[in-house]
Amino acid sequence: MRIIVPTKRVPDLVEELIVDDDGTALDPDEVETRLNEFDEHAIEEALCIKEASGAEVTVLSLDGEGVDKTLYTAIAKGADRVIKLEGPEPEEVTSNYALATLYAEALADLEYDLVLTGVQGCDDRDGQLGPLLAAMLGLPCVSVATDVTPEGSSVVVNKEYSGGMMARFRVQTPAVLGVQAARQTPRYAPVSKVRQVQKTSSIDTVEVEEDTTTLCGVVAMAPPETGDGAQMLDGVEALVALLEDKGVA
Amino acid sequence: MATREHVRDERYSEVEHLVVDGIDISGMWNRFYEPREITSYDFEALDKLTAIEGAESMGWCYQCAKCVGVCPVDAAGGDYGPRKLFRRLQLGQDLLSADDLWLCTTCMNCLRVCPKEVDMIKIMPSGRAVAVLDGQLPDELSEMFRNVAEKGNPMGQSPRKRVAWTRKSPVPVPLLPKDPAPVEALWFVGDFWAYHARGQDAACAMARVLTRMGVSFGILGRDERTDGDSQRLAGEPGLFEEVAEHNIEQFGKYEFDTILASGPHAYNAIKHEYPRLGGEFEVAHYTRFLADRLDALRPLLTGTFARKVAFHDPCYLGRHNQEYDAPRQLLQSVQGLELVELYRCREQGFCCGGGGGGMWLDGLVADHTGERLSENRVREAIEVGAEVLAVCCPYEVSRFEDAVKSTGNDGKLEVLDIVEILNACIPEETP
Repeated sequence: MRIIVPTKRVPDLVEELIVDDDGTALDPDEVETRLNEFDEHAIEEALCIKEASGAEVTVLSLDGEGVDKTLYTAIAKGADRVIKLEGPEPEEVTSNYALATLYAEALADLEYDLVLTGVQGCDDRDGQLGPLLAAMLGLPCVSVATDVTPEGSSVVVNKEYSGGMMARFRVQTPAVLGVQAARQTPRYAPVSKVRQVQKTSSIDTVEVEEDTTTLCGVVAMAPPETGDGAQMLDGVEALVALLEDKGVA
Repeated sequence: MATREHVRDERYSEVEHLVVDGIDISGMWNRFYEPREITSYDFEALDKLTAIEGAESMGWCYQCAKCVGVCPVDAAGGDYGPRKLFRRLQLGQDLLSADDLWLCTTCMNCLRVCPKEVDMIKIMPSGRAVAVLDGQLPDELSEMFRNVAEKGNPMGQSPRKRVAWTRKSPVPVPLLPKDPAPVEALWFVGDFWAYHARGQDAACAMARVLTRMGVSFGILGRDERTDGDSQRLAGEPGLFEEVAEHNIEQFGKYEFDTILASGPHAYNAIKHEYPRLGGEFEVAHYTRFLADRLDALRPLLTGTFARKVAFHDPCYLGRHNQEYDAPRQLLQSVQGLELVELYRCREQGFCCGGGGGGMWLDGLVADHTGERLSENRVREAIEVGAEVLAVCCPYEVSRFEDAVKSTGNDGKLEVLDIVEILNACIPEETP
């Protein structure tokens, strides 16, 4: 089984998020990026499949700051091949549609049975990268997927619905799956190993054409407005007094 | 060729003189010179460990058990110590995949007493490094490693927030990246003083003490990374090198007389480990730095601190770096302070449990011990009648404060960093 995991970098939420002067995006000088957490799960699930039943795992990323380290880390974890997409500036790729277009272009020249994406990213929350990619490639897609198990020329996969309802799907390969969570916590790649890998492995590169079509764009972005704040009550009597005052008690 | 004199029985005689290859090895002929039952053990597990560079000395153990008597993990009910590890290896336990691999705090008390120099300070990091590369490490530790790899600090906090504490400081804290003027001390603040709420109290106290003493100092701010010592000891040498190389590069940008380390681990790493990565710098733990400047400090200490204080020797300041006097000199400079010694002090100091990665292995350690090492220590402090437990390692305030609560001694023992006590004795109005 040949598995490809397209990934993306997202703003690191441990940092304070600062909107740029235009008020339409995060300030790239103030924001740190990291590998999308759900993509880490997609990589982990791919590696678990590899360990359980054999697979060749390729990890893709759009070029940008910090990408080399992310890709070497993927090799240290057990990925067989890593590819960096060169051409567009990361800041120009502002939607999953644009990103899916680039990945579809790169995938056209690659052979694969399964494409695993993270189910969503903290920078989009729309969960559309997988479905868009599947549509562009003309492939079946299951999103919010867990427990991916290859069976012949198909994979069996669980999908979670709202309210906790679960369903099991059988999907013909090649297919695109949006991974909700890997079967185990994403493994830690020792830096000792990453540093070895940096000396002995290489990152392949693929040129892609930038598509500047903007189907939707951000008009305004702002942090939530600060409310009036909570009132701290000093003891039970104060609470009772307040409830009486409001006519509740 | 052996020549024997006064031979009474060829096999079992006692000889007055036995010369082998010109060397007189006189004495009773005994079984030391013959193969014994002991060699029939399966040495596979032991050989696997001692084949690792740095872990060779595990094979030198001759089971005298001096180490077990001083092992803090054993004292806390952990059924532990190098002798026991050796015995388990002899019986076939693969240490590299056992929980035992992670319980040692590298406190060095065993090496102090070991006649064979079985060196857990080298064995543990070397063995752990192999296990980590193999993906066999506790989840608690991998989370800490990941935090350091991604954020440069074990808490996983924002690198930018490393300077947040300075807003609480009563005095301005100069940032070297903003003002790169030469300073007497480049103060390496460290993670726990920068990020932990109680650590920040100590950092603020230190900033004020230095300022009142007239010491010119600066900090790296968000450019500082963790010192890496605990990561190295916990089996991630690559991660250690990554953060150390970063810190060395930052140190290289500025002019200073010495690095002032808040913590014994930063002091230990910068002193002993950074030089092999090309980072040769003067470094002092803050207690030594202040003790060397007592002439400037003592006149400021006009307040009194009339309490019974016990001092806890940090392993990496004491046993690892033989600094026992500076912290005591500082405490003895405080008016009214009565210094009482813990039973296990100085060379025999008892580990708090935080070293060697223990700081991030609370869950695993709890599964294998009857109490936390810090709880054992807090009971000792109560027993000697201390009202205050004074510390000078940034790991310890939170460890011991938790232990005071969990042993039911809340209100009976206060845990303070030495620099907090000093700061409290410098009144606002001192000229």
